Amino acid sequence: MDGRLSQFLQTYFEECRDSLSVCEPLVATLGEGADQETINTIFRCIHSIKGGGAAFGFERLVAFCHGLETALEALRSHRVVLDRAGYSVLVRSFDMVADLVAAAQTGVDLAAGAEAGLARDLQAWLLAAAPTAPPSPCQALTPSPAEEPVTWRIQFAPESNLLRKANEPLLLIRELSRLGQVHIIADTGRVPDLDSIDPEAAYLAWDIDLTTTAPLNDILEVFEFVTDDCRLTVAQRDAAANGLPARLSDDTAPTAAGPESVAITSNGSSRASASAVPTSAPTIRVDLDKVDRLANMVGEIVIAQSMLAQRFAELGVRDRTEINHGLEQLAQYTRDLQDSVMAIRAQPVKSVFQRMPRIVRDVAALLGKEARVVTTGEQTEIDKTVIEQLADPLTHLVRNAVDHGLEPPDERDRLGKPREGTISLSADHRGGRIVIEIADDGRGINRPRVLEKARNLGLIAEDHALTDADIDALIFLPGFSTNELVSEISGRGVGMDVVKRNIQALGGRISVTSTAGEGSRFSLSLPLTLAVLDGLVVAVGAESYIIPIQVIVESLRPRATDVHRVVGRGDVLALRGSYVPLVYLHRVFEVEGAVSDPSKGIVVIIDAEDRGQIGLVVDDLLGQQQVVVKSLEANYEPVQGIGGATILGSGQVALILDAAGLATSSPHRPGSDSQGGRIR
Amino acid sequence: MSKRVLTVDDSKTMRDMVVFTLRQGGYDTVEACDGSDALRHLASGRFDCVITDLNMPVMDGIELVRSVRSDATHRGVPILMLTTESDTTKKDAGRAAGATGWLVKPFDPDKLLATVRKVCP
Repeated sequence: MDGRLSQFLQTYFEECRDSLSVCEPLVATLGEGADQETINTIFRCIHSIKGGGAAFGFERLVAFCHGLETALEALRSHRVVLDRAGYSVLVRSFDMVADLVAAAQTGVDLAAGAEAGLARDLQAWLLAAAPTAPPSPCQALTPSPAEEPVTWRIQFAPESNLLRKANEPLLLIRELSRLGQVHIIADTGRVPDLDSIDPEAAYLAWDIDLTTTAPLNDILEVFEFVTDDCRLTVAQRDAAANGLPARLSDDTAPTAAGPESVAITSNGSSRASASAVPTSAPTIRVDLDKVDRLANMVGEIVIAQSMLAQRFAELGVRDRTEINHGLEQLAQYTRDLQDSVMAIRAQPVKSVFQRMPRIVRDVAALLGKEARVVTTGEQTEIDKTVIEQLADPLTHLVRNAVDHGLEPPDERDRLGKPREGTISLSADHRGGRIVIEIADDGRGINRPRVLEKARNLGLIAEDHALTDADIDALIFLPGFSTNELVSEISGRGVGMDVVKRNIQALGGRISVTSTAGEGSRFSLSLPLTLAVLDGLVVAVGAESYIIPIQVIVESLRPRATDVHRVVGRGDVLALRGSYVPLVYLHRVFEVEGAVSDPSKGIVVIIDAEDRGQIGLVVDDLLGQQQVVVKSLEANYEPVQGIGGATILGSGQVALILDAAGLATSSPHRPGSDSQGGRIR
Repeated sequence: MSKRVLTVDDSKTMRDMVVFTLRQGGYDTVEACDGSDALRHLASGRFDCVITDLNMPVMDGIELVRSVRSDATHRGVPILMLTTESDTTKKDAGRAAGATGWLVKPFDPDKLLATVRKVCP
């Protein structure tokens, strides 16, 4: 081996060390009865040691790993049961792998045949534990090993774009012919006139009879790269004779139930489990408590750092470039540190999303409905705490969507919709927040019914005119339920208010849009992390408040002539041809001695989501800084318009404003009159 | 004449592993450290296959696939993506862009050769 290769040899040994240290504790637990995942993990480790070893020519290591793999495979496919003898031989085998790796690394070979005895023991145990066990791991993946050659009819019709991805049907067919005897008939029926031939499109299709002893998996693997770009059917020709209704086409997922698909599933699941742990980078497991403590400490450092910066600025030292430079660096490092800690806690929403298809299936089955789940943006990352607390509300919303949203299949038929309803889940980053949407293509919210119920319950006045959006929002009121909202699945109107509370507790907001006959869409807007936010510090009288940066559109000092009073609506600010309602923070929070004339203070225009823009009247802007959010709910109770509190550099406590909450609590909010305040 | 494979990866270790395996399998190899580097190589010579990582600085693998497929002179070259099994989003994006196939990292040398032979025997 030339010296150039030593660099990745090092990597290989590091990987071996990682793999062995992953294996070690797991092997120890084998004695207490091993679950599938444990065996899978051990198998992967040994497999990667073997794979790398083969590349470097460590023959003894590879041969021994191969034998161990065979044993693990037998264990994984339940062909043998792990007894005491087996446990002991496995434990010794792992020690041997470690020894062989060490020998390969140091170049000091083990005594000739050191592993031979153990390899024989392993083999002997396998035979004893399962006398009929086939020795090869390849056959283990096939429940019904094809001893006799079987003839398969393969129908392969490329879509016209197959060639554009540089896949070559000829090579696929050549590959097939390696598996056994082929008889091929080309279908030229789709080839157009010479004039209209697109040289880069695929027109030919083939019927191939393949007689082989290879399992179905090997055949399907030939078509691995093209399954999405062709119509493919693989069927056993004399299926009836073998009692196997073996048919697998491109529109039958490999996981579909059916006798023959067992072969695929068993292989497929072992691959799927291999994907559960990304093996590319070594990982360590850490108690969440430790990460939380770290996050808290970093939060404190952020506060301490900003206090330090502020104190120093107040000192008014004249020649301060050196120290300033240091402070700036500290600020930068602190921010990086904070990002890194947050990244530790971030996880893809996939972990919650992947539970939903099952819930939908269960609920749909119970109600005699048909439904499927479509998810997008599963890889979107969000703080672990948020993810955990998202599971309940999301489950509830998804159940509701199937229960109340989707019509029964027959009704959907009549309406000209597909019998199968669709529940879409999506996650996306938008403006420093994560937005999760749950949509169905069902009947939509029954507004007349909701309105009637709300009036009966006295939640709104008889003559009160509400917009559609206002009516939809009624379903979030505590105790609200129409007959449509009651059922065994979703409970007796318990839910939407609880869902809303849960989401708000996460610093999130929920809204719903609905179109009669077309479906409803629930939208959850959540903070990426509960721990920090970028804020603008504003002064109101002697108080300071924080406005989250992401909601701020602009800030300005208006001319007195641009501020108008509108009867019943309060003050508005004329801004480039439109009118923005003004909210006087000193009135909302009853602060004495604040500026009450907008033309003498500052107006901060904020985006209050579905409430449009509003202008907050404050005395002055004090600066922008990153603040550590301390939850108000944990220590006090939820307050409309306030998202939390923080400690400023000066040590002063400041409240963090919640834009949408302010817009809602303000009697001057747009799109509704003062009565609207009751719809929270 | 043996077939030429262009190996694109920002990690030298990974490139070395791929190149080593391919040479054992009788392929000629050329290395590139990112998508734009790969395009330079493609412009200056004939290749029978491209193996590319997806996450790379300057120009990532998906962008590379897209560029190759939109260029008449070498759009017919098979492109294999090196992916991790967990990253199905990237893989799907790569396939949509026109990649021929994929290889899962960390790869088994035999599997790598088998896959390359599939598209470029």
